[in-house]
Amino acid sequence: MVAGFVYKFVLQKQLNNSSQRLFGKNNILSIILMEVEDDSVRKIDFLMAGVGGQGTILASNILAGVGMELGYDVKTAEVHGMAQRGGTVESHVRWGEKVFSPLVEQGKTDYLIGFEMLEAARWPMYLNKESVVLSNSYRIPPPSVNLGKATYPTQDEIEGILKRKGSKVLWLDATNLAGSLGNPAMAGVVLLGALSNLVGGTGEIWLEVIKRLVPEKFVEMNQKAYLEGKAVHFS
Amino acid sequence: MKKLMTGNEAVAYGAYLNGVRVGAAYPGTPSTQIMEHFALYPGVFAEWAPNEKVAMDVAIGAAYAGTRALVSTKHVGLNVAADSLFYAVYTGLNAGLIIACADDPGMHSSQNEQDNRNYAKFAKVPMLEPADSEEAKQFAGVALEISESFDTPVIMRFVTRTSHSSSLVEMSPDEAPPPYGEPIPFKRDPQKYTMVPAYARLRHPVVEDRIKRLVQYAETSPLNRIESGDDTLGIIAAGSVYQYAREVFPHATFLKLGMVYPLPEKLIREFASRVHEVVVIEELDPFFEEQIRCMGIKVRGKDIFPMIGEFSPTLIRRCAAAAGLIQMTEDEAEAAAYLSDTAALPVRPPILCPGCGHRGMFNVLREAGVLVLGDIGCYTLGVAPPLNAMHFTGCMGASIGVAHGFDKAKTNERFVALLGDSTFFHAGIHPIIDVLYNLGTTTTIIADNRTTGMTGHQHHPGTGFTLQMQQTARIDIINLVRSIGYKKVDVVDPYLMDEFSRILEDHLASQEPSVIVALRPCALQMKEKKTPPQIDPELCSNCGSCLDLGCSPLVQEEDYVRIDPVLCNGCGLCIQVCPSEAIKQQ
Ligand SMILES: Cc1ncc(C[n+]2csc(CCOP(=O)(O)OP(=O)(O)O)c2C)c(N)n1
Repeated sequence: MVAGFVYKFVLQKQLNNSSQRLFGKNNILSIILMEVEDDSVRKIDFLMAGVGGQGTILASNILAGVGMELGYDVKTAEVHGMAQRGGTVESHVRWGEKVFSPLVEQGKTDYLIGFEMLEAARWPMYLNKESVVLSNSYRIPPPSVNLGKATYPTQDEIEGILKRKGSKVLWLDATNLAGSLGNPAMAGVVLLGALSNLVGGTGEIWLEVIKRLVPEKFVEMNQKAYLEGKAVHFS
Repeated sequence: MKKLMTGNEAVAYGAYLNGVRVGAAYPGTPSTQIMEHFALYPGVFAEWAPNEKVAMDVAIGAAYAGTRALVSTKHVGLNVAADSLFYAVYTGLNAGLIIACADDPGMHSSQNEQDNRNYAKFAKVPMLEPADSEEAKQFAGVALEISESFDTPVIMRFVTRTSHSSSLVEMSPDEAPPPYGEPIPFKRDPQKYTMVPAYARLRHPVVEDRIKRLVQYAETSPLNRIESGDDTLGIIAAGSVYQYAREVFPHATFLKLGMVYPLPEKLIREFASRVHEVVVIEELDPFFEEQIRCMGIKVRGKDIFPMIGEFSPTLIRRCAAAAGLIQMTEDEAEAAAYLSDTAALPVRPPILCPGCGHRGMFNVLREAGVLVLGDIGCYTLGVAPPLNAMHFTGCMGASIGVAHGFDKAKTNERFVALLGDSTFFHAGIHPIIDVLYNLGTTTTIIADNRTTGMTGHQHHPGTGFTLQMQQTARIDIINLVRSIGYKKVDVVDPYLMDEFSRILEDHLASQEPSVIVALRPCALQMKEKKTPPQIDPELCSNCGSCLDLGCSPLVQEEDYVRIDPVLCNGCGLCIQVCPSEAIKQQ
């Protein structure tokens, strides 16, 4: 979203009947840019970074679902396919009055959520001084590190990269917390619990959306994981 | 009520709502989920065809027979189906036909980044491009109406960011769409449907005239719209690029094209006359730009924006700032500086999963030092270090023909052709016939994991199930190649590396064309996890033999190797390669 502009949707008048039927009456819009008065157009951007298979897509669906419940326009972008095979994955979630691009712009994300430490470190170009980084402190060494051909950066090095612009960096031992609840793969939901304290929305909304999106037999476990994350307070 | 949907889900929904009842596709990222979602609606028939050409013919046949139809494919799949697309443009149809086709700028999961808008012009077929999921749903209805009123297939173009992005879609209040009764009867009309030269000559003028009428349609269709803003800058864009540009240029006047071919010349002229400068922003080829230049209208485009790779709001802002169209804020300018921070971080490419049968096969092939003429699938990941055992990948099915070419060129290399089971059914059968027919000696390895792995585990003719989960004949690869006439055919579990190696050497030594089926079901799909073995640090000589398998749970520590039990699937392949017998099954 671009601060300072309000896009207004106006029904286009000169529609012929056929296209009205096709598009439905209210859907043909022309966009008119309204005067620049309100500078506080609300938007919240989230960038989630992880390793294929860590559940970033479920987490982004939950986050999008909560955004909808809170009355925002919502868009997400992610890549399926190769991503399942243990590679770097990133997923974008945007809440706003009106969201155009599904991709977050560099330098403009409000939150960077790292599912794995090294993966969080790849996206400092999306940060600004207001951004908050919330990252799992779990490590999954990539092949080059396993082979001894590269070194995994230290937590301090990663924090240095993420803090360069003055962003706030919060660490959470999410995989282990999730593991203690029965499944380390719920780390993403633990992170969402902690995130919910920062972005708002009552616990009920989050729990409800989790219930809707998680397969039935895992609902309870995931709701617990959410609450475990929500109980974390950062100093 | 609104629902969050990907573009893929939304076009399937739109097709269903508008009466499409037959769908056919072959999986391919980013298009795969279109048919997966369509298949879930009640009363529809949806299939995985062996390849895109077959899918296209099936959908065309259904549309001839009077039932609205949908075919979906990734961009390169349209190459495979192109021959069929071209005849359908000549014959026209009887009921509506949508070809949903998804490009992959940036090559997230593809072998090239061809711009399939060129097919619209090439095949002379109208093309619509939705910019979000709501449009994907709506345009499906418009596409069918265009298809039927102009008697032509209609391509709906997607890109990764419209296929795999989610946005809100207005749900139809009626749960079930209006019943679409009997198919429209097919009229036997050879002049329309039988493309012998004499009749095809009659059809070509129909095609040219149709495109002219479609230009008229495009001039007034609400698919294309002008969004008024400041008149200094006029931007022409479509699809996801329109969304990015909307954020970068909040003041500009826009011509948002929903129909990307044919172009509305009058509307573009009118638009150009309203603004001081016209800039076309389009990913990949200068498809609009060239046509608009041919109209004699001055535009800028590829002098500002690249022809390579995927666009984003960030990229558009940087290019526009470099060209002096906008100024960047300090924050925006600084974001770029961070790139250097990440340059030194170890990369994380996709790799074969723990427990994957392909790994044992590649270990054997690497040890044998053979030239591997490969193909496309999960097994293409065998190219990466430390396996380093794939020396060619082109397009699906190319492995066998290319190997046969090496053979006939009298190469000095020891070589094999290597392809997956789904790839074999897609495009491997014809070349394997060629090898036998033309007295070749190629050994073909079919890496049979009983699924279409790379695109997310779709069924195929060798799995025994259809897309809609009906049990069906399982086409047996071994019987198939035997009945073609192959005499030297072996099946081996690639996990049993010694045996696999022995069979490989035997086949390579023979002058007979031959087939090895490396059979092991996909570990990711089987979800079978055994107790991980452990490495005794005392016995481990830190030689790195196990690390050469490129299996992610094997982690190099200071002076020994450790197995991460969370990632390990317990397959035990590493036990086979350890010379010190330090790895022990628990
Ligand atoms: C013409 C074409 N259609 C679809 C694809 C997408 N695609 C790439 S690999 C693949 C399937 C590979 O399956 P298989 O051969 O069984 O190998 P696996 O991934 O299971 O190892 C598909 C559908 C493509 N690249 N080209």
